[in-house]
Amino acid sequence: MTRVVTVSSLAEAAAAGGAILGGGTLLMRQVNDAPQEVPELVHVNDPALRILRSDGAHWHIGAGVTMTDIIASPDCAALHPVARSIGGPALRNMASVGGNLFAPHPYGDFAVALLALGAEVIWSDGRAQDIESFLRGRDTAQGAVQALRVPKVTPDRLAYRKVSRTKPKGVSVMSVAVLLETSAGTITSARVAFGAMGPTPMRAPSAEAALRGARLDVAGVAAACDACVRDLAPVDDALASAWYRAEVAPIHLRRCLLGEV
Amino acid sequence: MPKTPVTFNLNGAETGVFVDDAQNLLEALRRGAGDLSPKFGCGQGTCGACTVLIDGVPHLSCLTLAEAVSNRNIETTGGLAGAALHPLQKAFMEGFAAQCGFCTSGMLMAAKALLDRNPRPSREDVIEAISGNLCRCTGYEPIVDAILKAAGEMRGGYAA
Repeated sequence: MTRVVTVSSLAEAAAAGGAILGGGTLLMRQVNDAPQEVPELVHVNDPALRILRSDGAHWHIGAGVTMTDIIASPDCAALHPVARSIGGPALRNMASVGGNLFAPHPYGDFAVALLALGAEVIWSDGRAQDIESFLRGRDTAQGAVQALRVPKVTPDRLAYRKVSRTKPKGVSVMSVAVLLETSAGTITSARVAFGAMGPTPMRAPSAEAALRGARLDVAGVAAACDACVRDLAPVDDALASAWYRAEVAPIHLRRCLLGEV
Repeated sequence: MPKTPVTFNLNGAETGVFVDDAQNLLEALRRGAGDLSPKFGCGQGTCGACTVLIDGVPHLSCLTLAEAVSNRNIETTGGLAGAALHPLQKAFMEGFAAQCGFCTSGMLMAAKALLDRNPRPSREDVIEAISGNLCRCTGYEPIVDAILKAAGEMRGGYAA
Protein backbone atom coordinates (compact mmCIF):
# COMPACT_ATOMS: atom_id res chain seq x y z
CA MET A 1 0.00 0.00 0.00
CA THR A 2 0.95 3.59 -0.54
CA ARG A 3 2.09 5.76 2.36
CA VAL A 4 1.40 9.51 2.19
CA VAL A 5 3.89 12.03 3.53
CA THR A 6 2.74 15.65 3.66
CA VAL A 7 5.41 18.35 3.67
CA SER A 8 5.29 22.13 3.46
CA SER A 9 8.28 22.84 1.26
CA LEU A 10 9.79 21.44 -1.89
CA ALA A 11 13.18 21.03 -0.18
CA GLU A 12 11.54 18.63 2.31
CA ALA A 13 9.82 16.85 -0.55
CA ALA A 14 13.11 16.33 -2.37
CA ALA A 15 14.61 14.90 0.82
CA ALA A 16 11.64 12.60 1.44
CA GLY A 17 12.57 10.49 -1.55
CA GLY A 18 9.08 9.26 -2.51
CA ALA A 19 7.07 10.08 -5.61
CA ILE A 20 6.11 13.76 -5.52
CA LEU A 21 2.43 14.34 -6.16
CA GLY A 22 1.68 17.14 -8.61
CA GLY A 23 -1.86 17.41 -9.92
CA GLY A 24 -2.40 13.69 -9.41
CA THR A 25 -3.57 12.98 -12.94
CA LEU A 26 -0.79 10.47 -13.51
CA LEU A 27 0.35 9.41 -10.04
CA MET A 28 -3.09 8.94 -8.47
CA ARG A 29 -4.03 6.87 -11.46
CA GLN A 30 -1.09 4.60 -10.73
CA VAL A 31 -2.02 4.54 -7.03
CA ASN A 32 -5.59 3.51 -7.96
CA ASP A 33 -4.33 0.87 -10.34
CA ALA A 34 -1.25 -0.60 -8.71
CA PRO A 35 -0.56 0.89 -5.26
CA GLN A 36 2.35 -1.48 -4.76
CA GLU A 37 4.22 0.44 -7.48
CA VAL A 38 4.03 3.67 -5.47
CA PRO A 39 5.28 2.89 -1.94
CA GLU A 40 5.39 6.54 -0.91
CA LEU A 41 3.50 9.59 -2.12
CA VAL A 42 4.82 13.00 -1.14
CA HIS A 43 2.13 15.67 -0.94
CA VAL A 44 3.66 19.16 -1.00
CA ASN A 45 1.79 22.19 0.37
CA ASP A 46 4.12 24.87 -0.97
CA PRO A 47 2.38 27.95 -2.42
CA ALA A 48 5.65 28.94 -4.13
CA LEU A 49 5.09 26.11 -6.60
CA ARG A 50 2.01 27.89 -7.96
CA ILE A 51 3.85 31.10 -8.89
CA LEU A 52 3.60 32.11 -12.53
CA ARG A 53 5.41 35.30 -13.47
CA SER A 54 7.37 36.77 -16.30
CA ASP A 55 10.15 39.23 -16.81
CA GLY A 56 11.31 40.75 -20.09
CA ALA A 57 12.63 37.61 -21.68
CA HIS A 58 11.28 34.63 -19.73
CA TRP A 59 8.24 33.02 -18.20
CA HIS A 60 8.91 31.53 -14.77
CA ILE A 61 6.40 28.74 -14.36
CA GLY A 62 6.21 27.05 -10.96
CA ALA A 63 6.06 23.25 -11.16
CA GLY A 64 2.59 23.29 -9.56
CA VAL A 65 1.09 25.76 -12.04
CA THR A 66 -1.90 24.10 -13.68
CA MET A 67 -3.00 24.09 -17.30
CA THR A 68 -5.92 26.28 -16.22
CA ASP A 69 -3.50 28.78 -14.66
CA ILE A 70 -1.63 28.98 -17.99
CA ILE A 71 -4.86 29.64 -19.90
CA ALA A 72 -5.85 32.30 -17.36
CA SER A 73 -2.61 34.22 -17.91
CA PRO A 74 -2.89 36.65 -20.86
CA ASP A 75 0.88 36.97 -20.81
CA CYS A 76 1.25 33.28 -21.73
CA ALA A 77 -0.86 33.55 -24.92
CA ALA A 78 1.59 31.48 -26.98
CA LEU A 79 1.09 28.57 -24.56
CA HIS A 80 -2.73 28.73 -24.50
CA PRO A 81 -3.34 26.36 -27.43
CA VAL A 82 -0.96 23.86 -25.83
CA ALA A 83 -2.62 23.97 -22.39
CA ARG A 84 -6.07 23.86 -23.98
CA SER A 85 -5.22 20.69 -25.89
CA ILE A 86 -4.72 18.78 -22.64
CA GLY A 87 -7.77 16.99 -21.23
CA GLY A 88 -11.10 18.55 -20.31
CA PRO A 89 -11.59 21.44 -17.88
CA ALA A 90 -11.58 19.25 -14.74
CA LEU A 91 -8.30 17.63 -15.73
CA ARG A 92 -6.77 20.99 -16.63
CA ASN A 93 -7.70 22.31 -13.17
CA MET A 94 -5.49 19.58 -11.74
CA ALA A 95 -2.73 18.76 -14.25
CA SER A 96 0.48 20.64 -13.49
CA VAL A 97 3.27 21.81 -15.74
CA GLY A 98 5.84 20.09 -13.52
CA GLY A 99 3.98 16.79 -13.68
CA ASN A 100 3.70 17.02 -17.44
CA LEU A 101 7.51 16.93 -17.68
CA PHE A 102 7.44 13.41 -16.27
CA ALA A 103 4.41 12.15 -18.20
CA PRO A 104 5.14 8.86 -19.93
CA HIS A 105 4.20 8.09 -23.54
CA PRO A 106 1.71 9.05 -25.01
CA TYR A 107 1.16 11.93 -22.57
CA GLY A 108 3.22 15.05 -21.97
CA ASP A 109 2.09 17.43 -24.73
CA PHE A 110 3.00 20.51 -22.71
CA ALA A 111 6.56 19.24 -22.36
CA VAL A 112 6.70 19.03 -26.16
CA ALA A 113 6.11 22.77 -26.42
CA LEU A 114 8.64 23.40 -23.64
CA LEU A 115 11.19 21.36 -25.59
CA ALA A 116 10.57 23.36 -28.77
CA LEU A 117 10.93 26.57 -26.76
CA GLY A 118 14.22 25.47 -25.18
CA ALA A 119 13.03 25.74 -21.58
CA GLU A 120 15.28 25.25 -18.57
CA VAL A 121 14.25 23.01 -15.71
CA ILE A 122 15.01 24.52 -12.28
CA TRP A 123 15.56 21.95 -9.52
CA SER A 124 14.75 22.57 -5.86
CA ASP A 125 18.42 23.27 -5.12
CA GLY A 126 18.40 26.05 -7.73
CA ARG A 127 20.32 24.09 -10.34
CA ALA A 128 19.20 24.75 -13.92
CA GLN A 129 19.23 22.03 -16.56
CA ASP A 130 18.30 22.36 -20.22
CA ILE A 131 15.15 20.43 -20.99
CA GLU A 132 16.76 18.13 -23.53
CA SER A 133 19.26 16.72 -21.09
CA PHE A 134 16.52 16.66 -18.44
CA LEU A 135 14.28 14.52 -20.65
CA ARG A 136 17.09 12.08 -21.40
CA GLY A 137 17.59 11.39 -17.71
CA ARG A 138 14.13 12.04 -16.32
CA ASP A 139 13.12 8.46 -15.63
CA THR A 140 15.99 7.94 -13.23
CA ALA A 141 16.26 11.54 -11.99
CA GLN A 142 16.54 12.20 -8.26
CA GLY A 143 15.33 15.46 -6.73
CA ALA A 144 12.38 17.76 -7.17
CA VAL A 145 11.57 20.21 -9.94
CA GLN A 146 10.77 23.66 -8.64
CA ALA A 147 9.98 25.62 -11.79
CA LEU A 148 10.60 26.16 -15.46
CA ARG A 149 12.34 29.08 -17.05
CA VAL A 150 10.94 29.45 -20.52
CA PRO A 151 12.05 31.91 -23.22
CA LYS A 152 9.05 34.14 -23.89
CA VAL A 153 7.62 34.16 -27.38
CA THR A 154 4.63 35.71 -29.11
CA PRO A 155 1.92 33.33 -30.38
CA ASP A 156 3.05 33.67 -34.01
CA ARG A 157 6.46 32.15 -33.19
CA LEU A 158 5.21 28.86 -31.75
CA ALA A 159 3.30 26.49 -34.01
CA TYR A 160 1.61 23.59 -32.24
CA ARG A 161 -0.54 20.65 -33.27
CA LYS A 162 -2.02 17.78 -31.34
CA VAL A 163 -3.28 14.88 -33.39
CA SER A 164 -5.90 12.68 -31.75
CA ARG A 165 -8.45 10.21 -32.99
CA THR A 166 -11.41 11.58 -31.03
CA LYS A 167 -12.66 15.15 -31.17
CA PRO A 168 -12.67 17.51 -29.42
CA LYS A 169 -10.49 15.71 -26.89
CA GLY A 170 -8.37 12.63 -27.13
CA VAL A 171 -4.95 11.23 -26.31
CA SER A 172 -2.12 12.07 -28.69
CA VAL A 173 -1.38 9.99 -31.74
CA MET A 174 1.35 12.61 -31.81
CA SER A 175 1.89 16.23 -30.96
CA VAL A 176 4.18 18.64 -32.79
CA ALA A 177 5.59 21.96 -31.65
CA VAL A 178 7.85 24.20 -33.72
CA LEU A 179 9.61 27.37 -32.66
CA LEU A 180 10.07 29.25 -35.89
CA GLU A 181 12.01 32.30 -36.98
CA THR A 182 11.45 33.63 -40.47
CA SER A 183 12.69 36.52 -42.49
CA ALA A 184 10.84 37.52 -45.68
CA GLY A 185 9.27 34.07 -46.07
CA THR A 186 12.53 32.20 -45.48
CA ILE A 187 13.12 30.17 -42.33
CA THR A 188 16.18 31.35 -40.45
CA SER A 189 15.91 28.91 -37.56
CA ALA A 190 13.57 26.20 -36.30
CA ARG A 191 13.34 23.97 -33.24
CA VAL A 192 11.09 21.00 -33.93
CA ALA A 193 9.73 18.79 -31.13
CA PHE A 194 7.47 15.76 -31.29
CA GLY A 195 5.42 14.07 -28.58
CA ALA A 196 4.24 10.44 -28.53
CA MET A 197 6.94 9.64 -31.10
CA GLY A 198 9.43 8.09 -28.69
CA PRO A 199 9.95 7.35 -25.01
CA THR A 200 10.01 11.09 -24.19
CA PRO A 201 9.27 14.24 -26.19
CA MET A 202 11.97 14.32 -28.85
CA ARG A 203 13.59 16.90 -31.09
CA ALA A 204 14.01 16.30 -34.81
CA PRO A 205 17.45 17.78 -35.64
CA SER A 206 17.42 16.48 -39.23
CA ALA A 207 14.21 18.39 -39.89
CA GLU A 208 15.60 21.47 -38.16
CA ALA A 209 18.73 21.42 -40.35
CA ALA A 210 16.64 21.01 -43.52
CA LEU A 211 14.37 23.88 -42.51
CA ARG A 212 17.18 26.42 -42.11
CA GLY A 213 17.21 28.56 -45.24
CA ALA A 214 14.09 26.90 -46.68
CA ARG A 215 11.06 28.81 -47.92
CA LEU A 216 8.02 28.53 -45.65
CA ASP A 217 5.75 26.92 -48.24
CA VAL A 218 4.76 23.40 -49.35
CA ALA A 219 7.76 22.87 -51.63
CA GLY A 220 10.17 24.56 -49.26
CA VAL A 221 9.44 22.41 -46.21
CA ALA A 222 8.96 19.07 -48.04
CA ALA A 223 12.52 17.80 -47.52
CA ALA A 224 12.46 18.71 -43.83
CA CYS A 225 9.14 16.95 -43.30
CA ASP A 226 10.44 13.77 -44.90
CA ALA A 227 13.61 13.99 -42.79
CA CYS A 228 11.87 14.28 -39.41
CA VAL A 229 11.19 10.54 -39.16
CA ARG A 230 14.92 9.79 -38.99
CA ASP A 231 15.14 11.32 -35.52
CA LEU A 232 12.01 9.76 -34.05
CA ALA A 233 11.44 6.40 -32.40
CA PRO A 234 7.70 5.77 -32.42
CA VAL A 235 6.22 2.70 -30.74
CA ASP A 236 3.03 0.69 -31.14
CA ASP A 237 0.24 1.39 -28.71
CA ALA A 238 -3.54 1.14 -28.57
CA LEU A 239 -3.92 4.41 -30.49
CA ALA A 240 -1.62 3.81 -33.46
CA SER A 241 1.17 1.57 -34.67
CA ALA A 242 4.74 2.75 -34.93
CA TRP A 243 4.48 2.29 -38.71
CA TYR A 244 1.42 4.54 -38.95
CA ARG A 245 2.99 7.20 -36.76
CA ALA A 246 6.11 7.28 -38.91
CA GLU A 247 4.04 7.42 -42.11
CA VAL A 248 1.96 10.40 -41.03
CA ALA A 249 4.55 12.38 -39.04
CA PRO A 250 5.78 14.31 -42.15
CA ILE A 251 2.21 15.31 -43.01
CA HIS A 252 1.47 16.59 -39.52
CA LEU A 253 4.77 18.48 -39.39
CA ARG A 254 3.86 20.16 -42.69
CA ARG A 255 0.39 21.07 -41.44
CA CYS A 256 1.87 22.45 -38.25
CA LEU A 257 4.51 24.52 -40.08
CA LEU A 258 2.14 25.95 -42.65
CA GLY A 259 -0.90 26.32 -40.39
CA GLU A 260 -2.93 24.04 -42.68
CA VAL A 261 -6.27 22.80 -41.42
CA MET B 1 -3.99 0.04 9.03
CA PRO B 2 -4.01 3.57 10.45
CA LYS B 3 -6.70 5.92 9.18
CA THR B 4 -6.39 9.65 8.71
CA PRO B 5 -9.28 11.93 9.68
CA VAL B 6 -10.28 14.45 7.03
CA THR B 7 -12.98 17.10 7.42
CA PHE B 8 -14.52 19.12 4.66
CA ASN B 9 -17.77 20.79 3.74
CA LEU B 10 -19.92 18.51 1.61
CA ASN B 11 -22.86 20.22 -0.07
CA GLY B 12 -23.11 22.72 2.77
CA ALA B 13 -22.72 20.25 5.65
CA GLU B 14 -19.56 19.85 7.70
CA THR B 15 -18.43 16.30 7.08
CA GLY B 16 -15.70 14.15 8.56
CA VAL B 17 -14.39 10.86 7.28
CA PHE B 18 -11.54 8.52 8.09
CA VAL B 19 -9.50 7.71 5.03
CA ASP B 20 -6.93 5.06 4.25
CA ASP B 21 -3.50 6.19 3.14
CA ALA B 22 -3.58 7.48 -0.44
CA GLN B 23 -7.33 6.97 -0.72
CA ASN B 24 -8.89 9.05 -3.46
CA LEU B 25 -11.67 11.54 -2.87
CA LEU B 26 -14.20 9.51 -4.83
CA GLU B 27 -13.85 6.55 -2.47
CA ALA B 28 -13.88 8.86 0.53
CA LEU B 29 -17.15 10.37 -0.66
CA ARG B 30 -18.82 7.11 -1.63
CA ARG B 31 -17.61 4.82 1.17
CA GLY B 32 -16.74 7.32 3.88
CA ALA B 33 -19.40 10.01 3.52
CA GLY B 34 -22.03 7.78 1.93
CA ASP B 35 -22.60 10.12 -0.99
CA LEU B 36 -23.10 7.78 -3.93
CA SER B 37 -23.82 10.52 -6.46
CA PRO B 38 -20.30 10.79 -7.92
CA LYS B 39 -19.70 7.68 -10.02
CA PHE B 40 -16.67 5.45 -10.44
CA GLY B 41 -16.18 5.07 -14.18
CA CYS B 42 -12.59 4.50 -15.22
CA GLY B 43 -10.46 5.47 -12.21
CA GLN B 44 -8.01 6.96 -14.72
CA GLY B 45 -9.26 10.48 -15.33
CA THR B 46 -10.59 9.62 -18.75
CA CYS B 47 -14.37 9.52 -18.37
CA GLY B 48 -15.35 12.38 -16.03
CA ALA B 49 -18.11 10.41 -14.26
CA CYS B 50 -16.51 11.24 -10.90
CA THR B 51 -16.44 15.03 -11.50
CA VAL B 52 -17.11 17.06 -8.33
CA LEU B 53 -16.58 20.72 -7.57
CA ILE B 54 -13.85 21.67 -5.10
CA ASP B 55 -14.23 25.31 -4.07
CA GLY B 56 -16.46 25.73 -7.11
CA VAL B 57 -13.97 24.31 -9.60
CA PRO B 58 -14.46 20.95 -11.34
CA HIS B 59 -12.04 18.20 -10.34
CA LEU B 60 -11.81 14.49 -11.05
CA SER B 61 -12.44 13.01 -7.62
CA CYS B 62 -10.92 9.63 -8.55
CA LEU B 63 -7.55 11.34 -9.06
CA THR B 64 -7.76 13.67 -6.07
CA LEU B 65 -5.97 12.68 -2.88
CA ALA B 66 -8.68 12.72 -0.19
CA GLU B 67 -6.31 14.14 2.43
CA ALA B 68 -5.67 17.14 0.20
CA VAL B 69 -9.26 18.44 0.38
CA SER B 70 -9.18 19.10 4.11
CA ASN B 71 -11.31 22.18 4.99
CA ARG B 72 -12.40 22.73 1.42
CA ASN B 73 -15.91 22.94 -0.07
CA ILE B 74 -17.03 19.93 -2.05
CA GLU B 75 -20.16 19.96 -4.20
CA THR B 76 -21.66 16.82 -5.70
CA THR B 77 -24.85 16.05 -7.60
CA GLY B 78 -26.28 14.81 -4.30
CA GLY B 79 -26.53 18.43 -3.17
CA LEU B 80 -27.93 19.93 -6.38
CA ALA B 81 -31.65 19.67 -5.67
CA GLY B 82 -33.24 21.90 -3.06
CA ALA B 83 -36.99 21.66 -2.52
CA ALA B 84 -37.23 21.21 -6.28
CA LEU B 85 -34.83 19.76 -8.80
CA HIS B 86 -32.04 22.04 -9.99
CA PRO B 87 -32.84 23.55 -13.42
CA LEU B 88 -30.04 21.44 -14.90
CA GLN B 89 -31.55 18.24 -13.50
CA LYS B 90 -34.98 19.27 -14.77
CA ALA B 91 -33.66 20.08 -18.24
CA PHE B 92 -31.72 16.78 -18.39
CA MET B 93 -34.85 14.85 -17.42
CA GLU B 94 -37.17 16.64 -19.81
CA GLY B 95 -34.71 16.65 -22.70
CA PHE B 96 -33.80 12.93 -22.48
CA ALA B 97 -30.20 13.96 -21.79
CA ALA B 98 -29.73 10.84 -19.67
CA GLN B 99 -30.09 7.34 -21.06
CA CYS B 100 -28.14 4.88 -18.94
CA GLY B 101 -27.41 7.79 -16.59
CA PHE B 102 -23.92 6.82 -15.58
CA CYS B 103 -22.25 9.96 -16.96
CA THR B 104 -25.06 12.24 -15.83
CA SER B 105 -23.72 13.09 -12.41
CA GLY B 106 -20.36 14.21 -13.82
CA MET B 107 -22.07 16.04 -16.69
CA LEU B 108 -24.27 17.95 -14.23
CA MET B 109 -21.32 19.07 -12.13
CA ALA B 110 -19.27 20.10 -15.18
CA ALA B 111 -22.32 22.02 -16.42
CA LYS B 112 -22.94 23.64 -13.04
CA ALA B 113 -19.35 24.88 -12.90
CA LEU B 114 -19.84 26.42 -16.33
CA LEU B 115 -23.15 28.13 -15.51
CA ASP B 116 -21.88 29.42 -12.15
CA ARG B 117 -19.10 31.18 -14.04
CA ASN B 118 -20.85 32.00 -17.29
CA PRO B 119 -24.67 32.34 -17.18
CA ARG B 120 -24.85 32.97 -20.92
CA PRO B 121 -22.68 30.26 -22.53
CA SER B 122 -22.49 29.67 -26.27
CA ARG B 123 -22.95 26.17 -27.67
CA GLU B 124 -19.15 26.01 -28.09
CA ASP B 125 -18.65 26.97 -24.43
CA VAL B 126 -20.91 24.10 -23.39
CA ILE B 127 -19.11 21.61 -25.63
CA GLU B 128 -15.78 22.71 -24.18
CA ALA B 129 -17.12 22.50 -20.60
CA ILE B 130 -18.19 18.87 -21.00
CA SER B 131 -15.28 17.85 -23.26
CA GLY B 132 -13.77 15.83 -20.41
CA ASN B 133 -16.98 13.89 -19.78
CA LEU B 134 -17.71 10.83 -21.88
CA CYS B 135 -21.23 9.71 -22.75
CA ARG B 136 -21.67 6.52 -24.75
CA CYS B 137 -25.47 6.74 -25.10
CA THR B 138 -26.78 10.10 -26.17
CA GLY B 139 -24.33 11.35 -28.78
CA TYR B 140 -24.05 14.48 -26.60
CA GLU B 141 -26.56 16.64 -28.48
CA PRO B 142 -29.41 16.26 -25.95
CA ILE B 143 -26.94 17.02 -23.15
CA VAL B 144 -25.70 20.20 -24.82
CA ASP B 145 -29.31 21.25 -25.52
CA ALA B 146 -30.32 20.58 -21.91
CA ILE B 147 -27.47 22.66 -20.52
CA LEU B 148 -28.34 25.57 -22.82
CA LYS B 149 -32.00 25.27 -21.84
CA ALA B 150 -31.15 25.23 -18.13
CA ALA B 151 -28.95 28.29 -18.62
CA GLY B 152 -31.92 30.08 -20.19
CA GLU B 153 -34.22 29.07 -17.36
CA MET B 154 -31.75 30.15 -14.70
CA ARG B 155 -31.40 33.57 -16.33
CA GLY B 156 -35.19 33.77 -16.36
CA GLY B 157 -35.31 33.35 -12.61
CA TYR B 158 -36.32 29.72 -12.32
CA ALA B 159 -33.18 28.89 -10.35
CA ALA B 160 -33.77 26.64 -7.36
